[in-house]
Amino acid sequence: MRFETMGTIAIRTEKLGKQYRIGLPAVRYQTLRESLGERLVSPVRRLRSNADEYGKIWALRDVSFEVQQGQVLGVIGRNGAGKSTLLKLLSRVTYPTEGTAQIHGRVGSLLEVGTGFHPELTGRENIYLNGAILGMKRHEIERKFDEIVSFAEVEKFIDTPVKRYSSGMYLRLAFAVAAHLEPEILVVDEVLAVGDAEFQRKCLGKMSDVAQQGRTVLFVSHNMSAILRLTEETLVIEKGRLALRAPTPQAVDYYLSRGFSQEGKRIWAEDEIPPEAAPFHPIGIRILNPHGEVADTVRSVEPVTVEIEYSLAAPVVGLRVGIYLLSTRGEYIFTSFDTDEPEHFERLATRPAGHYISRCTIPADFLNEGRYVVAVNASSFRVRRYFQDDQALSFNVDATGAPGMHWPEPRLGPVRPRLEWKIEAIK
Amino acid sequence: MERHDASITVIRPESGWLALNLTDLWRYRELVYFMTWRDIIVRYKQTLLGAGWAILRPFLTMVVFSIFFGELAKVPSEGVPYPIFTYTALLPWELFAAALSVASRSLVQNSHMITKVYFPRLILPLAAILAGVVDFLIAFVILIGMMAYYGITPTPAVWTLPLFLLLTLVTSLGVGLWLSALNVLYRDVGYVTPFLTQFWLFITPIAYGASLVPEQWRFLYALNPMVGVVNGFRWALLGIQTAAPDSQLVTSVIVSLVLLVSGLFYFRRMERLFADMV
Repeated sequence: MRFETMGTIAIRTEKLGKQYRIGLPAVRYQTLRESLGERLVSPVRRLRSNADEYGKIWALRDVSFEVQQGQVLGVIGRNGAGKSTLLKLLSRVTYPTEGTAQIHGRVGSLLEVGTGFHPELTGRENIYLNGAILGMKRHEIERKFDEIVSFAEVEKFIDTPVKRYSSGMYLRLAFAVAAHLEPEILVVDEVLAVGDAEFQRKCLGKMSDVAQQGRTVLFVSHNMSAILRLTEETLVIEKGRLALRAPTPQAVDYYLSRGFSQEGKRIWAEDEIPPEAAPFHPIGIRILNPHGEVADTVRSVEPVTVEIEYSLAAPVVGLRVGIYLLSTRGEYIFTSFDTDEPEHFERLATRPAGHYISRCTIPADFLNEGRYVVAVNASSFRVRRYFQDDQALSFNVDATGAPGMHWPEPRLGPVRPRLEWKIEAIK
Repeated sequence: MERHDASITVIRPESGWLALNLTDLWRYRELVYFMTWRDIIVRYKQTLLGAGWAILRPFLTMVVFSIFFGELAKVPSEGVPYPIFTYTALLPWELFAAALSVASRSLVQNSHMITKVYFPRLILPLAAILAGVVDFLIAFVILIGMMAYYGITPTPAVWTLPLFLLLTLVTSLGVGLWLSALNVLYRDVGYVTPFLTQFWLFITPIAYGASLVPEQWRFLYALNPMVGVVNGFRWALLGIQTAAPDSQLVTSVIVSLVLLVSGLFYFRRMERLFADMV
């Protein structure tokens, strides 16, 4: 059995696992003083909390799978489920704690677009540098140089330092280099979330090309429509474990049903909160109807309240806690933060430690019927993102009583506002 | 379409002391070149004086040393004019001092690369150090001018100069590897490095000649590999016979190699933690 498949396997992992220690020292650097202090304190701490497992989490555990050469495999899972860890292990950025992985051929990944790009260097210089960092040989870069430049559409600016590029140009150039790497195994992580629609189409096109050339692709995304379009088989990762491997439509169904059966509220389990979130500690998120009841289905004609409960272990400067509302296909509908109002932001310039609820109301007569996904973000602008859950929960909107319901047809678009129409007869 | 490295990579847990895996470094040799080149270009593009710094730093140090040690303290300079005596020593010293400073920061500064893409991490401190050679060569031009001015012709032993340059680089890399890896674990290294460099300056015969050190301390003194380097430069360029290669040089070379090899192993040992820590 194994003999037959030899030579056609691109990736084989066996019981792959990665453990991180929370806090010290695996996550953040420390100063010598902390390290010495830790030595002195830790015996006591070890007594207090029974033993080795203290402060350790398995980001990924017991993951075994095989990928055939030429297969395009999707990888889906919630934030923090271990997808990124899996990719990091396969691209050798970090080492596993247990288990092994065999990789046949060169791994290129699109999760590092623009890695090593230096703003002072010109487009031309960055192509060479970035290509070399991604493992391309000089002659290989020279051969593909023109192709990269034309794919990125930066011909005119190729000798301009990239610090003068628009963000779109920068991104196109970065993607172009990575996309021309031609590795045997390509790992793609969510690059499609950035860039304009035209560029995204181009990226997806490039990915299909890659797949048709018989390369192996591992495609990680939250964009279910892209996953459905590009992959035939998908891995679902849940809490660091491989929950399911199935044909993509089945895997997506499973994932959506698992992720969203939250019944109008979601309480984050301790192991779903990454250690980097501290001092922000998410507790739960709820959807409330006008009667203050937690509800999975709300009415389009009534206001909907979203409340996020969290605690801060320490004061946080410039904190904003907010939501993204998305369709189940992953399209953004809006973004809103609790300190969007300047006076809120000024009043809470530093949010003291404590227990909070940030609550907002989505007005009546706003959402169309259908299912919506709420993503949560807690961050300080340009400083740090403490916590993000791209699929915190989902809820249903029922359109009974909404405008236009006397026509039994699905209305296009995610919003269904009640607009004031005036009909004027011109004499 | 070519097949690259159709080899099999096996990823497995690693712990303890690891093999050096220099074949991987060889495979990525072009990246060493590109990173060195990046460090050079960026430095010269970002600073106002660009290449001027390469000359100004050793030159101004020489002026200060010449005034205070040469003129006022009358430190003996073995029969050659004091300015060129000290400048010859400052050349490899500046290379070494700059190497420690850039190498110790190299991993932390490039953390965005370390956390995203695999390549032998060794390339970062290595390229940072190699980029300093350009500064060295620029500053060397001044030395040639000074030799012409003072009418000093290089000795026949000048051909050994590249070897002493190599010894400087080996020492820099050895110490740089230790510092860069430690810096990922303990940011204290950022504070320690300037102090270490300053301290090291005094135990190296830059402002004075090594012959000032009493005979019974010479062995201990030569444990500093930069002593061998500076003596070598003075001997090969200025023909200072008290600095001629002897058992001290052997000691310096051995210490330098020990630093390099231990640095390589320590670096490799810590390498697998870098992505999780920076």
